[in-house]
Amino acid sequence: MSPGIHEFISIDLPPMLAGTFACLSCALVGNFLVLRRISLMGDAISHSVLPGLVVAFMLTGTRAAFPMFVGAAAAGLLTVGLVELLRRYARIEPGAAMGVVFSVLFALGVLLLERGAGRHVDLDADCVLNGVLEGMIWFPPSEWSEFATWQTLREVPRQVWTLMAAVAVVGVFVVALFKELRIVCFDPGLATSQGYPASLLNGGLMLVVACVTVASFEAVGSILVIAMLICPAASARMLTDRLSSQVVVSGVIATVCGVSGYVLGAFGPRWLGFDNALSASGMITVVAGVVMTLSMLFGPQHGAAVRFVRRVRFVLTIAREDLLGSLYRAQERGEMSLAIVEVADATGGAGGGLAVRVARRRAILRGQVQERAGRVSLTEAGQKEAASIIRSHRLWESYLVERGGFAPDHVHDAAMRLEHARDTERRARLEPPQPASAIDPHDRPIPPG
Amino acid sequence: MIEPMQTPGVWEILTLRGGHNTTVVLVGALLLGVAAGVVGVFAMLRRRSLVADAVGHATLPGICVAFLIANAMGVEARSLAVLLPGAAVGAVLGLLAIQWMTRATRLTEDAAIGAVLSVWFGVGVVMLSAIQGMDIGNQGGLKSFIFGQTATMSERDARLMGGVALLSIVAVLVMFKQLRLVAFNDDFAASIGVRVALVDGGLMALVVMVSVAGLQAVGMLLIVALLIIPPAAARFWTDRLGLLALLSGVIGGAAASIGALVSARMDRMPAGPAIVLVAGVFFVVGMVAAPRRGVGAGVLRHLGVRVRVHADHTLSRLRLPGPHHVASVMPSGVIGRLVRLVLARRGWIRSEGSMVALTDAGEAAAVLAERRRRLWQRYLVRYADVAPSHVDISADAIEHVIDPVIVATLEAELAAESSAGSGA
Repeated sequence: MSPGIHEFISIDLPPMLAGTFACLSCALVGNFLVLRRISLMGDAISHSVLPGLVVAFMLTGTRAAFPMFVGAAAAGLLTVGLVELLRRYARIEPGAAMGVVFSVLFALGVLLLERGAGRHVDLDADCVLNGVLEGMIWFPPSEWSEFATWQTLREVPRQVWTLMAAVAVVGVFVVALFKELRIVCFDPGLATSQGYPASLLNGGLMLVVACVTVASFEAVGSILVIAMLICPAASARMLTDRLSSQVVVSGVIATVCGVSGYVLGAFGPRWLGFDNALSASGMITVVAGVVMTLSMLFGPQHGAAVRFVRRVRFVLTIAREDLLGSLYRAQERGEMSLAIVEVADATGGAGGGLAVRVARRRAILRGQVQERAGRVSLTEAGQKEAASIIRSHRLWESYLVERGGFAPDHVHDAAMRLEHARDTERRARLEPPQPASAIDPHDRPIPPG
Repeated sequence: MIEPMQTPGVWEILTLRGGHNTTVVLVGALLLGVAAGVVGVFAMLRRRSLVADAVGHATLPGICVAFLIANAMGVEARSLAVLLPGAAVGAVLGLLAIQWMTRATRLTEDAAIGAVLSVWFGVGVVMLSAIQGMDIGNQGGLKSFIFGQTATMSERDARLMGGVALLSIVAVLVMFKQLRLVAFNDDFAASIGVRVALVDGGLMALVVMVSVAGLQAVGMLLIVALLIIPPAAARFWTDRLGLLALLSGVIGGAAASIGALVSARMDRMPAGPAIVLVAGVFFVVGMVAAPRRGVGAGVLRHLGVRVRVHADHTLSRLRLPGPHHVASVMPSGVIGRLVRLVLARRGWIRSEGSMVALTDAGEAAAVLAERRRRLWQRYLVRYADVAPSHVDISADAIEHVIDPVIVATLEAELAAESSAGSGA
């Protein structure tokens, strides 16, 4: 084994594994918090486990895993219980109840740390926030063949094993109770009426959140725990609509964040020529934020950028169709072309001047409209398209008057909106039945289809 | 062992003789607490309490960037005049991100708050670790913004804090009418011409101001507590907005100044947690003792309803031909004992050993209870379209909570209705 690889396995692999396992376990359970709109419960729990840890330390005097775990989990459940108590009996708004409980508990923890426990042990406020990923070191054997021995594996930092177990527990929880969790997330009332113990499941979910928080928190710090409970699940929610695929996608995102965040934190500065490393858990959080931003912008169905493009296209289509329609109507009046200024007036409704101008360019590019000396007119192809639009418009007017009971002079605006629904899929459903005459309510001919 | 610094006594501080610096810090903390309490009331009523948490966390990257810029420009990088505007910019960017996420994507506000809170803070942590690696002196102070530190607070810093706090108190007073309208009914406010978005924006600006002002004293992680706990504590005591804001300001001011005082007096007592815990004490007192909205009152009310329900049931069982054994007409346990106590105190039952019977007054009370029950049953069948076979269940549940005035109305209605019915 080359020294480089040995160094990587010794210094970088344990924190990378621990960080990634922490990300994965938080992300999986976070899906259900995000869906139930109680994401901030993770925030509250990860703040308020601090006094649990400190009290456990003060009572037992050791930093052994088990008492710390029990203390922190107890504090987590206490938070959930207190929030519920305040919400139910004191009728305090849930957000404020959460804020009161976790900030008081967190303050208590910081104070206890500051005044007693922190003096004797490496438990300090800084590692509460940022974790101790950087401090994880393993001294692996120098030969690959010796890796699989009990002795070697026992020296792997404890957090790696703890977090691997956390991933396993969360995985089993999510897979085994998937159906129940899904129904409780989407419709607690239905779940109760179907005989699912909604409050029991909720309690179980909170217990798992508390356990995962506690297990991860020591290694990666509370900030990364909050980020991982929310960001991967929220990102996945922007990318998919099915809960099962959301859970899988969130797991993939968490893994990618964990590995790439660590690598960027540990090696990124070196690649740029600096010699110090950046905070690994901070960097993982940043990567999670970047992934979330990207998926909020470019999610295929729900991404904001994608939706924006879709809307712009829609506005442009409507403006182009309005242009064709007004040219067609001008022809009916005997004017074969219109001045651009007049067209802008006639179609200024959708998207303002810019949309009208862009739409005119696009109509010219499509060969539906020609422009000559500041005047526009329909081409042959444009003629056909315009006839189809006007047909749609006048059919709708007939329909609204004959079937909808509208007065003939009230249907134009409605028809202006409805005429654009001409794609084949919708045409079959929306196109009104053929009226008896081919004349619209304003006595103009309906172009044949 | 180092000789502890000479600290002024509580009395000296309170009588403003504890040294000029301590006094200024104390007054600054007082103003900060009042401002946070007053602003927090409106944040709570708009259900934006936890946004303040994101605001607090989101200041960190702003502080780091301001530090780096000031350092590059050769300005004294640790002065608050440099760092606080940076903090405010970071917080405002965080707020805008939350707003964009809730408006433009399908994510809900809780996820947006949590994501902004953690990612902004994560960016700040990365920048802090980068700054630590650089060869810049004087960077130790940056971390003190996370947990807060009044001990190192200079007089200028305290004046700045108090000034910003005072400014936000004045702003609340100026905007009070608009804030009140928006807090209670934003649709109505919009309909009479209040620009709701503007008022909300102003409120958030105030939250940012208070959070930034409190960074040095309370720290960015706990500043949210100063904006949430005093309003929640005051909410136990009153339903009137003006009083609520006043009380919340008083609680906030008291918590901040007591906390700062304790912190100044005691070694190893950071100000932020001390202030939050004092506020927590005010909250717990209200929760336990408040007459109408407290948890204690809630539990008592719950108990009272149960006792009344069981008392009515006991009366109607006692009307059946006796003799009656206590165990057969009353529930067991604490509730049963309370029921027996209440009925005996009113002179409605008399007991001999383990046997009980109605007195004459009790007989009358039982008849009344029975009458109420019948009224409800008829009312439900006639007016509320409940099937006759179902009325027993709901009548049993409802008769105990019905107001006597409604009973009278019902009686009148039913009497009129039955006479009209017999006439036709």
